Amino acid sequence: MRFLLVEDNLQLAKALKERFALEGHVVDHAEDLSDAMTSTSTVAYDLILLDIMLPDGDGRSFLKTHRGKAERTPVIVLTARSEVSDRVGLLDLGADDYITKPFDFAELEARCRAVLRRQGGSVNNAREFADLVFDPTTGSLKVSGEERGLRNRELRLLEVFFGSPGQIFSKTYLMDRLFSFDEDVSENAIEVYVGRLRKKLEGSQARIETVRGLGYRMIQQS
Amino acid sequence: MIRFLVTSSIRRRLVFQLSIMAALLSIVFFVAVRSVAEQAAADTQDNILAASATSIADALYSERGQVRVELPYSALSMLGTISEDRVFYRIVADGETVTGYDDLAVPKADQGQRAALFVTEQYRGEEVRVVSIARAVSNGVRAADVRIVIAQTRRGLAQISSQITTNAMAVAIGFFLMATALSLLAAQSAVAPVKKLAESVTRRGPKDLRPVISKTPGELVPLVDALNNFMMRLRASLTRSEEFIAEAAHRVRTPLATVRTQAEVVHRQMEKPENRKALREMIRAVDESSRSAGQLLDHAMVTFRTDQLEQDEINLATLADETCDRLQPTAELKDIEIVRTFSKEPATIFGDRILMQNAVRNILDNAIKYSPAESVITVRVENSSDQAVLSVIDQGRGFGDADLGKLTSRFSRGSNVDDIVGSGLGLTIADEVMQAHGGQLHIEPNKEGVGACVMLIFDRSL
Repeated sequence: MRFLLVEDNLQLAKALKERFALEGHVVDHAEDLSDAMTSTSTVAYDLILLDIMLPDGDGRSFLKTHRGKAERTPVIVLTARSEVSDRVGLLDLGADDYITKPFDFAELEARCRAVLRRQGGSVNNAREFADLVFDPTTGSLKVSGEERGLRNRELRLLEVFFGSPGQIFSKTYLMDRLFSFDEDVSENAIEVYVGRLRKKLEGSQARIETVRGLGYRMIQQS
Repeated sequence: MIRFLVTSSIRRRLVFQLSIMAALLSIVFFVAVRSVAEQAAADTQDNILAASATSIADALYSERGQVRVELPYSALSMLGTISEDRVFYRIVADGETVTGYDDLAVPKADQGQRAALFVTEQYRGEEVRVVSIARAVSNGVRAADVRIVIAQTRRGLAQISSQITTNAMAVAIGFFLMATALSLLAAQSAVAPVKKLAESVTRRGPKDLRPVISKTPGELVPLVDALNNFMMRLRASLTRSEEFIAEAAHRVRTPLATVRTQAEVVHRQMEKPENRKALREMIRAVDESSRSAGQLLDHAMVTFRTDQLEQDEINLATLADETCDRLQPTAELKDIEIVRTFSKEPATIFGDRILMQNAVRNILDNAIKYSPAESVITVRVENSSDQAVLSVIDQGRGFGDADLGKLTSRFSRGSNVDDIVGSGLGLTIADEVMQAHGGQLHIEPNKEGVGACVMLIFDRSL
């Protein structure tokens, strides 16, 4: 997916770009409001991440113009200001959500997902593998056309495998994707989620294979 | 409590001064009434004595060179009309007693004085009022100098005088009492604005720094001005510190966000477990400081807003719903299910929407943070005739054996949460918001198994 990040702090923008790249998203960076205007008028983004305090103005005025043009691209505001006073105004101005700096990337990702899911259907992100059809945005998984409900962690795990079928992912890598930094869990915890995901994939041609000593990968059964 | 010198109250002073005035006036009144009345009574006696003497004088005649008198009955009977006093008389012609009491002295009068002469003197052991008039009666040869002297005891007068004294005294005392009562009322109403002002200042919450705008009498304007001025300065200094906190949090957060995101990127690329561990610890430290900064800021905002509490109509269920929506993504990360149980009829309270949102968010945020993955958090809104209650019930670790009462104090946390990032301000904020709204924050262990139940209780009777 393609995101636009409007943020005047270059280091933060760079770090975020790298972080999103790790999840396989393309992020364009706009340093200020005029930059952001140019970008939005030339590229159709799936999502805009908007800082509020920008060198050439308030992110809120961008929001207003953006909503005025009846743009449907969802906007998540990144704010470093008050947890109390800012938020109401932001949502009134048409932001779809906001997150307070500094944030847990997983939370930002979760909010992006939630916002995109609410946006609903405008973008078709469904991907296919073997007899699976998976839409990470809506969290829908179909096995030979049959809907299988996924919980959040199962969904995120499946998303990793779908990102690169056949590739082996280490337990450590999968842990990073599933657990937050203040959760102290052993590496075995990942086995639980892999086990559940396998159950959800029962009857499908795809399966999660354990590669002893290395990790897991998703393959198509012959 | 600051001690200061208390002088006697304005009211007491006013009452005291007004009473003294009333007493003085009463005495003056009493003396005046008594002397006027006594004078009037004395004048009456004199007039009757004079009339009596005159009528005797008119009855004088001479017969064979002798002055004679035929005492008219009315002359002495009129004296009896005013009292039962004894009457004495003597008629003297050229020094010879014609009739009457020989020992009754004739007041000395100037030669030729015709008008009645009054004196008060002792006669037969009693005070008497004496009138004497002189008449010249011709006995054919010459005019004889006749003196008519009438004396009357003053018992009746003394009686009238004592009666007047009693009445005047009663009236004076009545006047004094009434005046004192009125002065009490007057003092009361004079002090009333001061009392009202004091009440309107005392009634305020500790954080209410709005200017005093109640009706103020002119004399109190300088005091109220000074008070308002003082509160304005206090408020300005509060606002400055709040702005400072806000600015500080802003300055701290942006670089922290950069550090955190960079650390996450590096963490992802690290393979050595010790490096990864170090980075995790770094990220936790960043989280801890950012959370503290955030909650300090929240705390400052809450303090600021409780100063001027808005009274929006808030539906607790809608509020809970919005907060759940907002935190849903965070809960989903841990596969925590938020179950919403809302009463059918709307649980409406009045209060500051932003503060209430903040309180509910802090509690729900806590619940998510301290709950294990794949547990259930119940957000319940109950409404009864006397209470509206919003409860957040989790299946987390509870608060351990920490003193539940102390959890709401600043920077105090449960006894079993050292491994989770937190500042200990969340419950404090919620508690302060509840206090500002006249409600209470109640914490108890989850009745249905493990975990905690945090309740926001609004009493309707208030």
